[in-house]
Amino acid sequence: MFKAKINVTLKESVLDPQGKTILNALGTLGINGVKDVRVGKYFVLNLDTSNRAQAEEHVRKICDKLLVNPVIEKYELISLEGEGR
Amino acid sequence: MGKFDGVTPEAVAGHGLTEEEYQRILSLLGREPNFTELGIFSVMWSEHCSYKNSRKILKRLPTEGEGILVKAGEENAGALDIGDGLALVFKIESHNHPSAVEPFQGAATGVGGILRDIFTMGARPVLLMDSLRFGPLESAESRRHFKGVVAGIAHYGNCMGVPTVGGEVYFDEAYEGNPLVNALCLGIVRKGEMALAKASGVGNKVYYVGSATGRDGLGGASFASRELTEESEEDRPAVQVGDPFMEKLLLEACLELAKTDALVAMQDMGAAGLTCSTCETAARGNTGIAIDVAKVPRRETGMIPYEVMLSESQERMLVIAKKGKEKIVEDIFAKWDLHAVPIGEVDSGHLMKVYDEGKLVAEISAKALADEAPLYTREEERPAYLDETGKLDLGKIPVPENFTDTLKRLLDEPSIASKEWVWRQYDHMVRTDTVFLPGHDAALIRIKGTRKAIAVSTDSNGLYCYLDPYEGGKIAVAEAARNVAVTGARPLGLTNCLNFGNPMKPDIFWQFHQCVQGMSEAARRFKTPVTGGNVSFYNESPRGAIYPTPTIGMVGILDDLENRIPSFFQKEGDLIFLLGDTRNEIGGSAYLALIHGLKQGLPPRCDLEKEAGLHSFFQEAAPARILRSAHDLSEGGLAVALAECSFGGKKIGARISNVELMNGRIRLDALLFGETQSRVLISGDPKHKEAVIRLAQDYGISIYQIGRVGGRRLVIEDLIELEVDEALTIWKNAIPRRLGGQGV
Amino acid sequence: MKAAVVVFPGSNCDEDCFHALRDVAGAEVRYFWHKEKNLPKCDLLVLPGGFSYGDYLRTGAIARFAPAMEAVARHAREGRPVIGICNGFQILLEAGLLPGAMLRNQSLSFICDHVFLRTETAKSPFTNRLEKGRVLGLPIAHGEGNYFCSPDTLRRLQDEDRIAFRYSSTDGRLGDEFNPNGSVDHIAGILNEGRNVLGLMPHPERAGESVLGSEDGKKIWESLMA
Repeated sequence: MFKAKINVTLKESVLDPQGKTILNALGTLGINGVKDVRVGKYFVLNLDTSNRAQAEEHVRKICDKLLVNPVIEKYELISLEGEGR
Repeated sequence: MGKFDGVTPEAVAGHGLTEEEYQRILSLLGREPNFTELGIFSVMWSEHCSYKNSRKILKRLPTEGEGILVKAGEENAGALDIGDGLALVFKIESHNHPSAVEPFQGAATGVGGILRDIFTMGARPVLLMDSLRFGPLESAESRRHFKGVVAGIAHYGNCMGVPTVGGEVYFDEAYEGNPLVNALCLGIVRKGEMALAKASGVGNKVYYVGSATGRDGLGGASFASRELTEESEEDRPAVQVGDPFMEKLLLEACLELAKTDALVAMQDMGAAGLTCSTCETAARGNTGIAIDVAKVPRRETGMIPYEVMLSESQERMLVIAKKGKEKIVEDIFAKWDLHAVPIGEVDSGHLMKVYDEGKLVAEISAKALADEAPLYTREEERPAYLDETGKLDLGKIPVPENFTDTLKRLLDEPSIASKEWVWRQYDHMVRTDTVFLPGHDAALIRIKGTRKAIAVSTDSNGLYCYLDPYEGGKIAVAEAARNVAVTGARPLGLTNCLNFGNPMKPDIFWQFHQCVQGMSEAARRFKTPVTGGNVSFYNESPRGAIYPTPTIGMVGILDDLENRIPSFFQKEGDLIFLLGDTRNEIGGSAYLALIHGLKQGLPPRCDLEKEAGLHSFFQEAAPARILRSAHDLSEGGLAVALAECSFGGKKIGARISNVELMNGRIRLDALLFGETQSRVLISGDPKHKEAVIRLAQDYGISIYQIGRVGGRRLVIEDLIELEVDEALTIWKNAIPRRLGGQGV
Repeated sequence: MKAAVVVFPGSNCDEDCFHALRDVAGAEVRYFWHKEKNLPKCDLLVLPGGFSYGDYLRTGAIARFAPAMEAVARHAREGRPVIGICNGFQILLEAGLLPGAMLRNQSLSFICDHVFLRTETAKSPFTNRLEKGRVLGLPIAHGEGNYFCSPDTLRRLQDEDRIAFRYSSTDGRLGDEFNPNGSVDHIAGILNEGRNVLGLMPHPERAGESVLGSEDGKKIWESLMA
């Protein structure tokens, strides 16, 4: 079993209205020193495999095919933990 | 096992059951209940499910009338015959307490719940409306409630593809910390295809369909029957999370099923979940029912029967299939990617039997649970505050010097101002039947394939009810009926959502009793029976009880859509008339509260005979097509109504020149801003002048020709004068500016 | 004209499109269920609005894998008209039948309102009964209608005359105050290279009868039937 943790965010070149709104809200709250806010999605996948390389390949395929829209989004595999080679 | 060990006096009290109620349980069972059974009794005998504190009073409401197909209390919602082989199924329900704790999900699941009540009966939901109350927008908590509730309603209703076509929103300190979220849904069904929630046919399979069961909303029904305390903030698990996509699939599958002959009964799992749906269907059908909780699909592990029976997970239905036709049921659900799981069957006798992997864990008479909750007559006492609020010395209220400024301040009051910020977030046009957009006196929906249209309005003035519950209750019904009538529609029946404080307090119960009395009298006079609704008690925050707020949802029918009368001015040069006399009434008015800071005096008196005459006038004026617009006068009186007639339509101005005609020695502030009942501002082509006046006289209604539609200014000669654009900007920005721009 | 309306789980403008095509435009219409693979010959395919699969991952992201989408792609490849309205537009983007993607509305709120669109090209089966510059009043109802594409894609759309409609004022002026959702270049609708696939955020099916406040949506059906 492997546990994959993935972050999906809008590409840097794409305006993130949610992030912008949060940044503005921080300002209104008097919390300064934040330069930028980006909002994303976080996925946790439990994979039924004992092969690390296979798990990673699988995760990348899932991201490319479904979890991420490459026109606006990018992803980062932040961890892949589990037992196996 | 801890607290699940057994039934201790603490467990009884912890379930909100009194000692007498526990004794009653002992005698009904003839033994001690186990823990699961105690839980089952507690939710079924909560106020939310049993109406134990309100039922005796509710009996006073008229429930019989022409066209009633399903009476109040018989099924999940009432039904009215509207001809053409069609019936209307509608109901309003509260989701106040969940919305106070988690505004977005609380409101969303409130919409989900009322939708299920309607499609459970085989009816296609065609409109939603919401009656909302919040604290003033100056408070951060109220802003959070307001934004969350509106977004939650939009989230659920929009996804379902049912238009949210109107409703009302008011802001007042009385609702701070305890907002009201009352959702109304109306559906249409062919008369022969109505589905009932009555179990029958021993051996017929009982299916469970929809979302898996989790621990969410555990004990929600008893939660709704307690006062909100500081601890409720911590009570998060009692709030359910909605899945509108699942509900959309359920809706389509259930409506498809209702058209087949494979269905015996269908009931949604709302408050008190599986418990309520099983024992109520059995009790209605005078039969028994047996289920095995081990077969119930679950989202969480380690759930005990008590939790499965009491869970309030959303988007779940109980379906009873006809023997030999199970495949039809299973196939329809499979088509919609839903899994129908058999969990039990209709049983002989009268018991609700609950098994866990074949082991009996609860056995109670279904009727005892559904129909034999104790009924109370609570103590009542006229509240002491009425002695104070009743005093209003008009002589001490100065008449403003600048009426234009007064009008501007009223237009900037969020309760009066444009609610566009709200309804722009609701998909109000899906289904392509919405004829009157939100903002009109009543929503108007056409029925495709007929000439007919349905008019619906929700109304309640909490301040009136606080100052005089009897008159306030009467006015709530009268105003709702008037809003429907001015479109040309005939009011047919009503649903109500009665929001009050703690009924154990004698002054609160007195308010409740008086309101129902007033409502009852008005509903009888207009021949608009009550087809159902709900009661929401315990609407109190640490600051005290809310205003008594009986929300009325009035439904009417317009026989020919082409005869509809819009609320707002349509054409330059049209004559403006005021129907009804204006009296020296400013008690309880928005003007008195806002300009003078007084929530005092007696609200206006409503003469039901005059009011009924007014409704008849419109039923004749509509087919005669002699009116171009008709708008009811309410908060803010004549001046605000005039402004709204301009804003809502083509932004045409108006000039009122004959105020002295209707004046008759009353105060100018009462004339401009008073809220005397049974008044309507109408406009029409000058060529119909004689016909309009004659018709009003036929019904004994005072009519005053007071001005003309036209220009870019709102003018009440010598008293008020301002540009339409300026007034419009104030009225439109009042809410967004308090939310800080976009208000996200 | 023979038309088919694709029904996904969560579609909610399918009946509205059916009604507009049959009762307003006078076409012969059938539904095309998302699990079906074989689409009987028809002239027009409509992907209606709604919340297919709850729009849970991204709008349109899951619908594009429906078996029916293969038939949609085939129909488009054969050069026959496909119109995706609102959620239908989002699905066409996710399926790669149109370029670009949808972001949340700039206001972050769902918006339901009447807006105005300027016709940008008459050269398509959807707009041949309109003239360039003609303004239409149509309703919108969406939370994610903020059209986005790369600068290169945008240049191609512009150069190849593939922007079908832009949000505008009643008299056809462009400006941020008339753009309800923040779409790049005020885009409300675009065409594919073959000009036979149209993605449109506003709802023409909601504006076909005077009782609903506008009849401008009929122009699109009339173009298709011409």
